[in-house]
Amino acid sequence: MKKVFKLNDLDCANCAAKMEAAIQKLDGVKSATISFMTQKLTLEADDADFDKVLKAAQKCISKVEPDCEIIIK
Amino acid sequence: MTKQQRKILIKIIIGAVLFAVGMVVTHLLTLPWWAELLIFLAVYLVPGFSVLEKAVRNIAHGQVFDENFLMTIASIAAFAIGQYPEAVEVILFYQVGELFEKIAVGRSRQAVSDLLDLCPDEATVLRDGKPETVLVDEVEVGEHILVRPGEKIPLDAAVFEGHTTIDTAALTGESMPVSAAEGDAVCSGCVNLSGAVELVVTKPASESTASKIMELVEESASSKAKTEQFITKFARYYTPCVVIAALILAVVPPLIAGQPFSGWIYRALTFLIISCPCALVISVPLSFFGGIGCASKNGVLVKGSNYLEALSHAQTVVMDKTGTLTEGKFHVTRQKAVEITPEEQLELAALAESASNHPIAQSLKEAYGKAIDTERVEDVQEIAGHGVSARVDGKQVLAGNAAYLEDAGLQPETPTEIGTAVHLAVNGVYAGYILIADTIKPDAAQAVQAFRQAGVSTVAMLTGDSESAAEAVGDTLQLDEVHAKCLPADKVQFMQAYRAKLAKGRTLVFVGDGMNDAPVLAQSDVGVAMGGLGSDAAIAAADLVILDDKPSKLGLAMHIAKKTMGIARENIVFALGVKAIVLVLGAVGLAHIGAAVFADVGVSVIAILNSTRAMRTKFK
Repeated sequence: MKKVFKLNDLDCANCAAKMEAAIQKLDGVKSATISFMTQKLTLEADDADFDKVLKAAQKCISKVEPDCEIIIK
Repeated sequence: MTKQQRKILIKIIIGAVLFAVGMVVTHLLTLPWWAELLIFLAVYLVPGFSVLEKAVRNIAHGQVFDENFLMTIASIAAFAIGQYPEAVEVILFYQVGELFEKIAVGRSRQAVSDLLDLCPDEATVLRDGKPETVLVDEVEVGEHILVRPGEKIPLDAAVFEGHTTIDTAALTGESMPVSAAEGDAVCSGCVNLSGAVELVVTKPASESTASKIMELVEESASSKAKTEQFITKFARYYTPCVVIAALILAVVPPLIAGQPFSGWIYRALTFLIISCPCALVISVPLSFFGGIGCASKNGVLVKGSNYLEALSHAQTVVMDKTGTLTEGKFHVTRQKAVEITPEEQLELAALAESASNHPIAQSLKEAYGKAIDTERVEDVQEIAGHGVSARVDGKQVLAGNAAYLEDAGLQPETPTEIGTAVHLAVNGVYAGYILIADTIKPDAAQAVQAFRQAGVSTVAMLTGDSESAAEAVGDTLQLDEVHAKCLPADKVQFMQAYRAKLAKGRTLVFVGDGMNDAPVLAQSDVGVAMGGLGSDAAIAAADLVILDDKPSKLGLAMHIAKKTMGIARENIVFALGVKAIVLVLGAVGLAHIGAAVFADVGVSVIAILNSTRAMRTKFK
């Protein structure tokens, strides 16, 4: 499953690159990109693990920018 | 300016005023060192506290080389060697630069989203006969919406009542308005120009053309160009390297040469400040984003910055013929009337063929342009693949190919131009022919010229059509290579051959109408589909979609791609250049801390401003 999420308070381009690298290394992630320009995270992972992966991704993001949040509709 | 930015601005202003007061006070009075330290420390905390806070928090999260940390170390070190005013300057300049950077990025992001703001959020729906304003998401398929002149069409729909002209420029970049009458489909994002119309919604908001286009462009940022990937990777090594260099600079020379630490620590400080890679990391994607935004503004959708990059290196462009270089529609291109006037000839042909649905019959009727009175036509006999015989106004008319008339004992002329000839005979006498052909698009020659200007060395055409038809187009447009009578498998083979001939780093572009092109598109670096407006299949299959029918738009896209790459390269060279110079000056002790801060945030701001130029590429 591939999903696009909006990111709130993503502040710096280099941080976005760091988050992206960290999320890509997570177990169960097939692909992940963060676009600083559109403030969006595109995440591809197995359906079964998706929620777990998403939580782990939020952790990676918080490590780099504590204020930055994935918006889950 | 956002709330957060305003807060920072206030801190900067207060900090700057206090700093000036502090400088004056310490200049006029001779204070003990600890009093000076206290004064500047207090001033420092006004703009610097949030940086310190973030640095500490991030270290707790295991993020070492972040810019807050670097600035904190730099300022603490400045305090440690007794350079109190410098410490405040570092943090003050840094905050000013950060603020500028944020504003500039915010602005350019906004500018690109404005480019893409195709659709209104609200629609006027007719419910129980009364107009009601609701969010587009709440409008259901089959409901009737009202669009007044000057308004944007909010959803994909068909005209139910009224007629108007619509401006598709927001989607296609095409400024010529098109007319829409009852039953015609209209796309969301177009502007209704002349009359109020009632529309029936045909697609929900989430599937409308405008929202698909916006989605596509927003997603395009997730396919990154090689240049972007290189920069991100570079940044990962650059910062630690410079920080380590700073450490060595601070410790090794004083130990070896026995000089005091303070001078060398000051030099190391400049290193720390320069070590942030933000200018690069932000300005390169921003350039691409601007380029993609500019292309979509002009009716060309680019599905990723990697494709924009590939397009700028195009060596070979392979084009389909029908529907790409030519209109794909048949028109009467020439008439040769014998014994009768051309008007009579066309009228007789159109009437004789009036019962036929063949494309040639259609184009005859279109050229005739008047309503067909079927009562004038009797005894129609159609011989498939040959022609028609009919009695028109009591005259016996034969209309068909040369063989058909020869069978009737006549000697038709052989036309010299390319096209399909419909020969005519009236009451057993040859009456000349009407030539029908696919016409070359008016901007095709301009397109080919633009490709060559962009550095394309081979422009080739593949077509399933006959050799004579293919060569006529090839000669007119001065194409380098023309391959006729291609079956789909042949096309793939030709593409493989072109691929084998590519120079290193150059790319192969294929342009088609997006239908049944998948195997050929797969062989190309950049697959382009023409006429994508309203065609989901074309949008899905291609890397680059030209929303209207103009091949010259690809020339424009190449121009944008080249310019975008140029800007990205300028930014890389400029940012690295300035940083390198300041690093060298810093190492030999010639760079003031102000210069270092400029090499960090100042360069970022300039690079960001430069990258917004990609958005404003103009078509010559």
